Amino acid sequence: MVTTSGKKSFMASIDWLTIVLYLALLAMGWMSICGACYEYGEPKDLLSLASFSTRTGMQLVWIASSIVLGVIVLMLDDRIFDTFAYLIYGVLLILLFATPFLTHDIKGSLSWIKVGSFSIQPAEFAKFATSLALAKFMGTYGFRLQGSWKNLFMCIALMVVPMVLIVLQKETGSALVYLSLFLMLYREGMPGSVLFIGIAAVAYIIVGLRFSEIMLLGGLVSLGDVLVVLMIILFSLGMVFVYCRPSALIKAQEHSRSTMVSLHSLRLRRYFYIGLFAIGSLAIHVSASTLVDHLADHQKKRVLVLLGLRDDPNGVGYNQIQAKIAIGSGGLAGKGFLNGTQTKLKYVPEQETDFIFCTVGEEQGFIGSAIVLTLFLGLLWRLIYVSERQPTAFGRVYGYCVFSIFTFHVVINVGMVLGLMPVIGIPLPFFSYGGSSLWGFTLLLFLFLRIDAGRTRLLH
Amino acid sequence: MVDYSLNNRKYVLGFSVAFILIIYLVRLFSLQLMSDDYKMRADSNAFMRRILFPARGAITDRNGKLLVYNQPAYDVMVVMKEQVGVDTIHLCRSLGITREWYERRMKEIKNTVGYSMHTQQVFMSQLSAKEFSNFQEKLFHFPGFYIQKRNIRQYTGPYAAHLLGDVGEVSPADIENDEYYRSGDYIGKLGVESSYERQLRGVKGSEILLRDVRGRIKGRYQNGKFDVQPIPGKNLTLSIDLELQKLGERLMQGKLGSIVAIEPATGEILCMVNAPTYDPRSMVGRQRGKRHKELSADPMKPLLNRSIMGLYPPGSTFKTSQALTFLQEGIIQPTTQYPCSHGFHFRGLKVGCHGHASPLPLVPSIATSCNGYFCWGLYHMMENRSKYRTVQDAMTRWKDYMVSMGFGYKLGVDLPGEKRGLIPNAEFYDKAYNKSWNGLTIISISIGQGEVTLTPLQIANLGATIANRGWFITPHVVREIQDEELDSLYTQKRRTMVSPIHYETVATGMQRAVEGGTCRAAYTPEYIVCGKTGTAQNRGHDHSVFMGFAPKDNPKIAIAVYVENGGWGANYGVPLGALMMEQYINGKLSPASEQKAETFANKHISYGDYVR
Repeated sequence: MVTTSGKKSFMASIDWLTIVLYLALLAMGWMSICGACYEYGEPKDLLSLASFSTRTGMQLVWIASSIVLGVIVLMLDDRIFDTFAYLIYGVLLILLFATPFLTHDIKGSLSWIKVGSFSIQPAEFAKFATSLALAKFMGTYGFRLQGSWKNLFMCIALMVVPMVLIVLQKETGSALVYLSLFLMLYREGMPGSVLFIGIAAVAYIIVGLRFSEIMLLGGLVSLGDVLVVLMIILFSLGMVFVYCRPSALIKAQEHSRSTMVSLHSLRLRRYFYIGLFAIGSLAIHVSASTLVDHLADHQKKRVLVLLGLRDDPNGVGYNQIQAKIAIGSGGLAGKGFLNGTQTKLKYVPEQETDFIFCTVGEEQGFIGSAIVLTLFLGLLWRLIYVSERQPTAFGRVYGYCVFSIFTFHVVINVGMVLGLMPVIGIPLPFFSYGGSSLWGFTLLLFLFLRIDAGRTRLLH
Repeated sequence: MVDYSLNNRKYVLGFSVAFILIIYLVRLFSLQLMSDDYKMRADSNAFMRRILFPARGAITDRNGKLLVYNQPAYDVMVVMKEQVGVDTIHLCRSLGITREWYERRMKEIKNTVGYSMHTQQVFMSQLSAKEFSNFQEKLFHFPGFYIQKRNIRQYTGPYAAHLLGDVGEVSPADIENDEYYRSGDYIGKLGVESSYERQLRGVKGSEILLRDVRGRIKGRYQNGKFDVQPIPGKNLTLSIDLELQKLGERLMQGKLGSIVAIEPATGEILCMVNAPTYDPRSMVGRQRGKRHKELSADPMKPLLNRSIMGLYPPGSTFKTSQALTFLQEGIIQPTTQYPCSHGFHFRGLKVGCHGHASPLPLVPSIATSCNGYFCWGLYHMMENRSKYRTVQDAMTRWKDYMVSMGFGYKLGVDLPGEKRGLIPNAEFYDKAYNKSWNGLTIISISIGQGEVTLTPLQIANLGATIANRGWFITPHVVREIQDEELDSLYTQKRRTMVSPIHYETVATGMQRAVEGGTCRAAYTPEYIVCGKTGTAQNRGHDHSVFMGFAPKDNPKIAIAVYVENGGWGANYGVPLGALMMEQYINGKLSPASEQKAETFANKHISYGDYVR
């Protein structure tokens, strides 16, 4: 009785909606791989597409094995993740550290380890390991992020170690993914101002460089300078408005442990911080533009193009232009499965990995692209919902890690393909070709589903 | 411990993600639905329209002997946008061209009408097979350069250059006049190639190919669903008899002039010999331009198609047309006799003649080519005030007869550049002589001198008209167009103003000329030859002319032979005409004639002081 009812409640406690979204994305992903890898003139029937000698067939193998992997994860005891979180994290750090010594250079990347006839990329698995470690650390009883700079720095340290190791593998794109975990930290109580300052800094750099060539006032300042200063003034005034209102100050005084702090000194302190923010902002802008100014012309150009700030149709910007052409030519309903010309004829580089979304745009058109984006949005929202229902901080933190990582991948990858984001080479989950990333994402997601499925037991 | 102040942060995160993805949707919307620009750029990326050139129609002689056919040649094409960064020095070396030639050609291409940097432009045309295979191996070094197979014209022999014409690259004017042509296309430049360009060229097709990012062709768009197959050009059968043409060209070696033969019943031109001529095979491929320049500069004008462009005084051959006019107008009867004492002497005017019996009726006058007879005839016509109110009226009447015989206007042969010749009319003389002129002023036109000029084709056509006893079909060189009717111009009879009975009289006169008059050298017992000599006066040595046809009844061939500065008509005109007729009627020359032909082929006329 206990076992059957336990089994039944276990099956019922799995979040099937997430699994449906996962399978739908996998299906659309495989169709895109077919479109991207299809060689012109090959037969179009399903049997030859599934042949293992082709990339489409191989991707089918990865998909099948991922599903198996997901099922296995669901059958494990969820408590082992909690128990072995640091161990898993430690092992992966060692693996990450060792990778550059075990590998051959593949297109300038040192991130692949050869296992038999396959290559795996440990960086893809470090994501879930880091998430586990963060969940474990932040799930400790009495852990508090708010008001504890020490705890915040510990969390950031957990993130930065794998980041640095991945940068050493020359995979800057994959390393940047860990920055997305600030979203989780924000949810867990990191002051919003930290997230805001981070985003503001990125905005200064991008806006400043974007308009650095347009000179105003007879070459005295650039339009970029003016815009950045305007942004700083706007942000500062906003902060003054939000944090220095009498009501806000009184509220802060109430929260403060010592009631000795006078409103006046509290206001002064806040003005001081806002002033610090403004000066710091200016410093970031000045140092970034000075740095770029001191680069040689070709290096400067490369930085600007890499940031997506300047067109370079035959050079680095070529990828993005071809991506836009491929997507733009899709129209409303697309050219149809395997009928894309731009992707098929290899105009789009990296089209089965980083630029896979081009195939969606070209072959499935606006309708297909909108469906894919909607599926992703559904998945992300579902992750928030499921995270929020976790009874433990461990589960919630892990859930938000999954959310943050998927958000970063989707927003950056699609944004890059659409020419709205800098070119950062990271895969689109469930779409980009490759076993490592698919396994990595599956592990990341299904671990969470397993943790979630165990939530009912903990309630008793 | 649950901090409820953090609870709202899930909404911040959820809405931020939604906001960003909505921006992406807007971006997708604007990329995919707001403009066709990306679609067009995708097409120009991936589609390559390749022109499929049709094979040009082949040309055969009347017996089906091949004269002109196609031979593959290879053009080097360039797409300007793609050729950036090509090693020019290597390219020039591979193609055997100079750096200067390369620079000039690139500039020319950019200046051509309809130039596009995305499509293939002809960089260098007509590589030989050897050059092609050399370059083909190195082609991968030169992105943006392609090779396109084309057909160039090839000729089976060195004959009939003027008649066949040639093909060359279209001129900017051609492109402007006919939107069928693109820069680098070929077009018929002269001869039949030009006049039957529309039939010979066929219709271009096109195929849409898909090319990948490196310009490699990956296949045909939608399996060629939108491809258009080229329609090959139509084959032409000429009315020319190659053997006759060959003989004519051989006989005319070392001389200037023309031989035109016509089949009277059909108006089909059997041969059109021009001397000097050139080898059409030398006008093929890249050397065409150079060769054309050389020929243009030659003072003997080898490019001139004298048969239809040469304006010559017809001399005594013209007398037949006068006899016909006078008979029809009732100025003379066949029995009318005019005196001739070594010429026409009247009111101090003298037109000389050789010695013969006098007075003579019409038939022997034709046979002996009596100048006096025809001068009197014209004089009596012009001065006949009971028939014509003024000399102008008489002249107009005379002119109408001439025009009805195909003189004074272009006959309408199916070759480009035909000249009309000159038949003066009343206004012409009114202007020239300030209206004070009479029959005597213009007397020399009666013997084919003075202002009158004809082309050799018009003279041959006169022969054909007499052979037909009063009608002709516009002479033409194309006998049959594949799957197409001939223009009705070349099937309808054109009647002259003279009734057949008078033609019979003139034909008899021409028969007598062969049997005992000026054309005795043309006599053969095998069939009845009718002929008329001409010795056209000229500033230099006289031109030797012959017009004739044979056999007298059911004639098979009418001919005009015109040898510039050849002297008496009997010197060259008659014997050459006789040989030509024998060749055509018998299909070969007798051994004696063959020997004679060889002698004439080796006779050269000196044109040291030739000025035209």
